[in-house]
Amino acid sequence: MTIRMVGAALGVVATLGLTSVAHAKTFVFCSEGSPEGFNPSLYTAGTTFDATSRNMLNRLVEFERGTTKIGPGLAESWEVSDDGLTYTFNLRKGVKFHTTKDFTPSREFNADDVLYSFNRQGDPNHPDHKLSGGQYEYYNSMGMPDLIKSIDKVDDHTVRFVLNKPEAPFIANLGMPFASILSAEYADKMRAAGTPDDIDQNPVGTGPFQLVNYQKDAVIRYKAHPDYWGGKAPIDNLVFAITPDAAVRYAKLQAGECHLMPYPNPADLEAMKADPAINVMEKEGLNVGYLGFNTEKKPFDDKRVRQALSMAINKDAIIDAIYLGAGKKAKNPIPPTIWSYNDEIEDYKYDPAAAKKLLADAGYPEGFETDIWAMPVQRPYNPNARRMAEMVQADWEKVGVKAKIVTFEWGEYLKRSKEGEHQTVMLGWTGDNGDPDNFLYVLLGCEAAKGGTNRARWCHQPFEDLIVEAKRTSDVDKRTELYEQAQVIFKEEAPWVTLAHSVVFQPMRAEVEDFRIDPFGGHIFYGVDLKE
Amino acid sequence: MLAFILKRIALVIPTFIGVTLLTFALIRLVPGDPIELLAGERGIDPERHAALRAELGLDKPIVSQYGIYISDVLSGDLGRSIVTKTPVLDEFLSLFPATVELALCAILFAIAIGIPLGIFAAVKRGSVFDYTTMGVALTGYSMPIFWWALLLILLFSVQLGWTPVSGRLSVMYYVESVTGFMLIDTLLSGEKGAFQSAVSHLILPAIALGTIPLAVIARMTRSSMLEVLGEDYIRTARAKGLAPFRVIALHALRNALIPVVTVIGLAVGVLFAGAILTETIFAWPGVGKWLVESVRRRDYPVLQGGVLLVATVVMAVNLFVDILYGLINPRIRHQR
Repeated sequence: MTIRMVGAALGVVATLGLTSVAHAKTFVFCSEGSPEGFNPSLYTAGTTFDATSRNMLNRLVEFERGTTKIGPGLAESWEVSDDGLTYTFNLRKGVKFHTTKDFTPSREFNADDVLYSFNRQGDPNHPDHKLSGGQYEYYNSMGMPDLIKSIDKVDDHTVRFVLNKPEAPFIANLGMPFASILSAEYADKMRAAGTPDDIDQNPVGTGPFQLVNYQKDAVIRYKAHPDYWGGKAPIDNLVFAITPDAAVRYAKLQAGECHLMPYPNPADLEAMKADPAINVMEKEGLNVGYLGFNTEKKPFDDKRVRQALSMAINKDAIIDAIYLGAGKKAKNPIPPTIWSYNDEIEDYKYDPAAAKKLLADAGYPEGFETDIWAMPVQRPYNPNARRMAEMVQADWEKVGVKAKIVTFEWGEYLKRSKEGEHQTVMLGWTGDNGDPDNFLYVLLGCEAAKGGTNRARWCHQPFEDLIVEAKRTSDVDKRTELYEQAQVIFKEEAPWVTLAHSVVFQPMRAEVEDFRIDPFGGHIFYGVDLKE
Repeated sequence: MLAFILKRIALVIPTFIGVTLLTFALIRLVPGDPIELLAGERGIDPERHAALRAELGLDKPIVSQYGIYISDVLSGDLGRSIVTKTPVLDEFLSLFPATVELALCAILFAIAIGIPLGIFAAVKRGSVFDYTTMGVALTGYSMPIFWWALLLILLFSVQLGWTPVSGRLSVMYYVESVTGFMLIDTLLSGEKGAFQSAVSHLILPAIALGTIPLAVIARMTRSSMLEVLGEDYIRTARAKGLAPFRVIALHALRNALIPVVTVIGLAVGVLFAGAILTETIFAWPGVGKWLVESVRRRDYPVLQGGVLLVATVVMAVNLFVDILYGLINPRIRHQR
């Protein structure tokens, strides 16, 4: 009896959590890990972006919530010169920075903040360039150093970017986390105070939420920015309760200790969907899983062999067995959530007999021996590469191709496959900026074949011409046309077997209103509300 | 006594060399380049890769890397995390109190339950109680912690709703860290309900972590007690007509506890190992969870420094227990 009473008392304490504070709305997100830091330009993990850029910072341009469409952000509008080299941004007026316990902004957002945020990353002589390790991974990997010639302040509310070459996806890059705008005034003040690192630990931005405090590995607290330029967020407090284990996140969601959790265990989804207190949203992810043929090696330099092996794979069986409902069959190298997705393309049908004939035509009537590289890690675009490799192996066996399955530790796998040691390799990609270029050029362009991200090492001039032209054209309709054509060539040439696009599941409490799944895999809480 | 202590301290030196060498070598034997891992599918161009390796000192031969590491450690510099760029020692110090708090509660739980159980089982030797307790203890000892922890959560937090699922404190409370010990800090803060919240958050992880030490302590107490109960002086005490309680509590227990103290000292190492799993499951922001993260991210400095610090703590506790043991049992300190 006493135990029962103690239990009941504890239960009250436990549920106190979410119910006793109806007056100030607090939203709890059971995040999956600790942020690496609080300046998104220094890091690459989605966990860090959720904790920083996606909720507390703004960019010149923003993706419309739940889409890959670029819209105005801290820049109200922009003009691109006819040669595609000059981008002029008209900055929003009246944008207020966060006021924190260490900092009260004396001015509103202006061009200096834009210059600070970009120059810090791009200019090795900038006083803050070396701060916090000074590695700007995304700025570099998106090719910004080679792309940006100069950034000029025209006046307080106009900034001009001059590029070295026309690059249409540039505008989408500016919507990415690394391009977030921080307060230059705060940075100056912290540098003068001898604590320059504060800009990266306790940043001051313009976003809908502002950082209150972070208890390492435990809790991140934010409150709504009262003067947010887009209007104050419907929720008053935002809390990230860091919970690394997916089963425990689910338990917390059930117990009402959090409102929303990322990355559920696929095995729990059925129970979640059956629970009236929990809603599960789903959406196709911005990614693709593929099996790439090393087109530099025989026999994969012959497109008939690539086509034959594409036909030999029973894709439906693989999707059913590997993704368990969390994947959709892919026919194009870009996911359907990206504009210019060519839905008219027909995938290779599963046809072992035709595959065998095609192999014979190519001079391999008895098949040949090869390898399949299978990733050692789970990825949304391929949750079980090892098992998938076994299925592909069995399918290929039926047309006479004997494949050995090869795997390495993840870092080693990435490195060796970049160097082209494989014959065929499984991998995938998650989009950065929602631009088709970010898939087609980065993964299938000739430059990438040299750099290694093009694991098929496929450099095909007709395809290359199309995607390079699309890069130089700022007209979206024209670009769409070019990319649609490029996808036709891709399918015909078959450098990859396109396997699947993942489906993202997003469980949340039933009282959560208007959450939208971010195609970039982020968790954005501006605009989200809680039913009373 | 002084010679005894000095001898024990001298033993720390080879252990220190062993620990640094092992952690240093093991993490490097695990394949996987930290820079490739950070870059992921995106990749990194070879020039930047080389520059980063040089910056992290990974381009030097392994032996000289070890030399640099050791000289840094001896001058008190454990390096900075590759990921967060903060000094390893600072991170450790900010997380360590959480682990200590959890470990202390777990060991207190284990002692408070384990010793009485062991005594009763010994006194009621061969009874149903004895068999049941020892059977349960064996089960507890063989239980995988992560499974046991999840089971506790599902029953007590999800089904019954008695305790919170995870974390150290309800997110509704914010308590400034003064000592780093949540139980103390919540009391100091004076915030209503915060202390209860901290206690309720501690219960399940302490049970999960304390289960294995509890089983060991209970079994150790029982066997040690049985041995002592068979001694002549116990028979004498009984023959004198002393009350059974006095015989057990005063005459037998004092001597039976000596090996149990050693076991408790050794349990500190076990607790740290267990903390790694327990903390990950209960989202407990301590050093265990931190170390797991560092393996995943191939964060060499954190892993090396973290393991070294944990090893130092374990060595210190064992040294303390040895000394304590010497004090309790003069036979040990006079041994040559």
